Amino acid sequence: MKFFDSSKRVGAGLGLGALLATASSAVSALPVPWQLNMTKGVTKTSQDVYQIHMWAFYVCCVIGLIVFGAMIIAMFKFRKSKGAVAAKWSHNTKAEIVWTVVPILILVVLAAPATGVMINMAHTADSQMTVKITGYQWKWRYEYLNWGEKAYHVNFISKLDGESDRTRQLKSGLDPWAVKSEGAQTYLLDVDHPLVLPTDTKVRFVVTGDDVIHAWWVPELGWKQDAIPGIINDDWTEIHDPGVYRGQCAELCGQDHGFMPIVVKAVPKEEFMKWLDTQEAALAPPPAAAATAATPAAEPTKG
Amino acid sequence: MATHAAHHDDHHDDHDHKPHGFFNRWVCSTNHKDIGTLYLIFSFTMACIGAAFSGVIRTELAQPGLQFVQPYFFNQMTTLHALVMIFGAIMPGFVGLANWMIPLQVGAPDMALPRMNNWSFWILPFAFTLLLSTLFMPGGAPAGGWTLYPPLSIQGGASVAFVVFAVHLMGISSIMGAINIIATILNMRAPGMDLLKMPLFVWTWLITAFLLIAVMPVLAGAVTMLLTDKYFGTSFFNAAGGGDPVMFQHIFWFFGHPEVYIMILPAFGIVSEIIPTFARKPLFGYQAMVYATASIAFLSFIVWGHHMFTVGMPLGGELFFMYSTMLIAIPTGVKVFNWVSTMWKGSMTFETPMLWAISFVILFTIGGFSGLMLALVPADFQYQDTYFVVAHFHYVLVTGALFSIIAAIYYWWPKWSGRMYNETWAKVHFWWTMVFVNVLFFPQHFLGLAGMPRRIPDYNVAFSDWNLISTIGAYGMFLTPIMMFVILYSSLKSGEKAKAVSWEGAHGLEWTVPSPAPFHTFATPPIIHAADLAHGDVTH
Repeated sequence: MKFFDSSKRVGAGLGLGALLATASSAVSALPVPWQLNMTKGVTKTSQDVYQIHMWAFYVCCVIGLIVFGAMIIAMFKFRKSKGAVAAKWSHNTKAEIVWTVVPILILVVLAAPATGVMINMAHTADSQMTVKITGYQWKWRYEYLNWGEKAYHVNFISKLDGESDRTRQLKSGLDPWAVKSEGAQTYLLDVDHPLVLPTDTKVRFVVTGDDVIHAWWVPELGWKQDAIPGIINDDWTEIHDPGVYRGQCAELCGQDHGFMPIVVKAVPKEEFMKWLDTQEAALAPPPAAAATAATPAAEPTKG
Repeated sequence: MATHAAHHDDHHDDHDHKPHGFFNRWVCSTNHKDIGTLYLIFSFTMACIGAAFSGVIRTELAQPGLQFVQPYFFNQMTTLHALVMIFGAIMPGFVGLANWMIPLQVGAPDMALPRMNNWSFWILPFAFTLLLSTLFMPGGAPAGGWTLYPPLSIQGGASVAFVVFAVHLMGISSIMGAINIIATILNMRAPGMDLLKMPLFVWTWLITAFLLIAVMPVLAGAVTMLLTDKYFGTSFFNAAGGGDPVMFQHIFWFFGHPEVYIMILPAFGIVSEIIPTFARKPLFGYQAMVYATASIAFLSFIVWGHHMFTVGMPLGGELFFMYSTMLIAIPTGVKVFNWVSTMWKGSMTFETPMLWAISFVILFTIGGFSGLMLALVPADFQYQDTYFVVAHFHYVLVTGALFSIIAAIYYWWPKWSGRMYNETWAKVHFWWTMVFVNVLFFPQHFLGLAGMPRRIPDYNVAFSDWNLISTIGAYGMFLTPIMMFVILYSSLKSGEKAKAVSWEGAHGLEWTVPSPAPFHTFATPPIIHAADLAHGDVTH
């Protein structure tokens, strides 16, 4: 029946609210089956974003309860078959004012913290390191530009791992559930060369595209940025928890848009410095060719 | 036609005389009822074609791994699915309803410009033949999304030119239709049909028509620049040549946002007709509803950036678009509260049109909630280009716009055809749709929140459960156009004959003419009695 259908929706919304509140208390690096809610993530930004998301959701639940509740009651009480006689009134200016002003106030309450988070996300200054991200059809390039005052030239392409790539071929007959990395189901969420980042360090990113518009997105970090040819966007992140975080391209970029994932490996600062210096050292040419050192434009793809 | 002139003179006082011959009646039609019927048949056909494309999409997405189609073809399916549904199903559906009902509701004999009306319709089959023919060309159909963002869209082959020309033709059709609607409403209302006595369906279409005239030329400009970038060496959107890919997005969405309001305002009008009829109570807050519609239309021009929150706009721009987008929720909410207040203390019965209208209010509101969440920029960074957005717009467009069109068809069917459809079977159609539309789209909220991007043909195994559920919902939905067709077709053969006032609580000029409505109505303007009108009492 109609009212039962609506009340189911209200009940489901409440149940969902409870579920959503609990489902994301664990930081998971991979999406989980039957996942209902957004991740809380591993940065302050991602956690602020999660809060805004949940508060907006709760506001919608309350408004939904009131509106759908009134409709259900009305459908029950004011049926012709129950002998209800229609009222004659059809306007009320006071009501119109109240249900215009009260929602405006609710929106201000939602907009204020959102504004604060946006201002915070816009402050890319005072970072320790800048990483340049370039989107290609259909892979990413990562370039470590500096650590503090010291320049770096580590530069590599990161693309879909081979096992995922073989499995995803049309009618491959291979099993996506068999694609694993250290026991985790990483089909289409694994790459050959992850982006290694230090924890507890403000890292700035400059993001661009080489051919068409792509978008760089790791849900655990809490932000997404379009990678646009001819434009350099900038962002920052500071990861608190070491771990492996996975994301995907989030702007249609052609046939393999679904097949150019992102993997971020966050490690403690000391471990990161060791890794970075090792990569940088591996770039140094043999002493005899020192005079013709590779420039960034020559695109060494070690890593 | 000269050979039929004598015929016409003999029968000019027979209001039910239709032109002789299929070609004369349908291809050369200048009758708002027949042209309305043509639009509705076209819309239904295109909805089935668009559904077929979504069938390919949902079939491939039922399981992880690629089982059926190559990624490039999958992208053609997503692109065409949207273009066909938006420009072929939803918009022509509303225009068909406008053609049928606006002259009847204002007491006019026909649209202001009947021959232009004919052309507005007949452009559409040509436009869609052009578009769909790209499936059979080398390079295939457009595959860069219905939003056609460059540089990707320009990487297409011959389909780029064809989609641009098809869009131009559709735009011309819409602009001419909008001109006709405004001219009819402003100039041809029967004496006594003051603007603030018009049915809300007429108001919402009047405002929608202004939106169409304002923004369709902008879309034409945007796609023309794509054409010249590809074929004539311009660099509007090519950074290497000094242009800006993001400029396309600004221009496109300056069209695109009002476009989505073009697709929902007539729905608001329809629901505002149906609920008062079956609640046997006048629409609550008629004037507030008119002003709210006008506010939504005005605000729709200043929110376009919310489709582009991740492109890298300056902070001030993002803040502006966040605030303006949140603001547009206010008049929309006012409308929902007014519909509920119409139901409150009414005397309701729940015939099929009322079921569709009530489900519109509930499910469109759910779509509005996800829209409010999307308006919050920091949260949008996690939702943008994921299935959360896909869920949002399918709730507002399918359970919103499409449900209102179905409601309107069931509501005005007795007036058009002179027959009642079978109420039991129509209720089966309604409940079947209610279940499966939610099975199809609600899980997509979860997929988006869990991290699944949109426009991908394959996904990590963690997303497989909700995707399978969604596909089951899709397969349930594919039966529903068949159900509706059978119900309506069989009513023509064996439905109970309908009365002029086909629903007990119905008010409005359309119910003062016989069912089925004669071919020509209001050849002389009607005398308007306040009791006939839904809003005859100006103290509302």
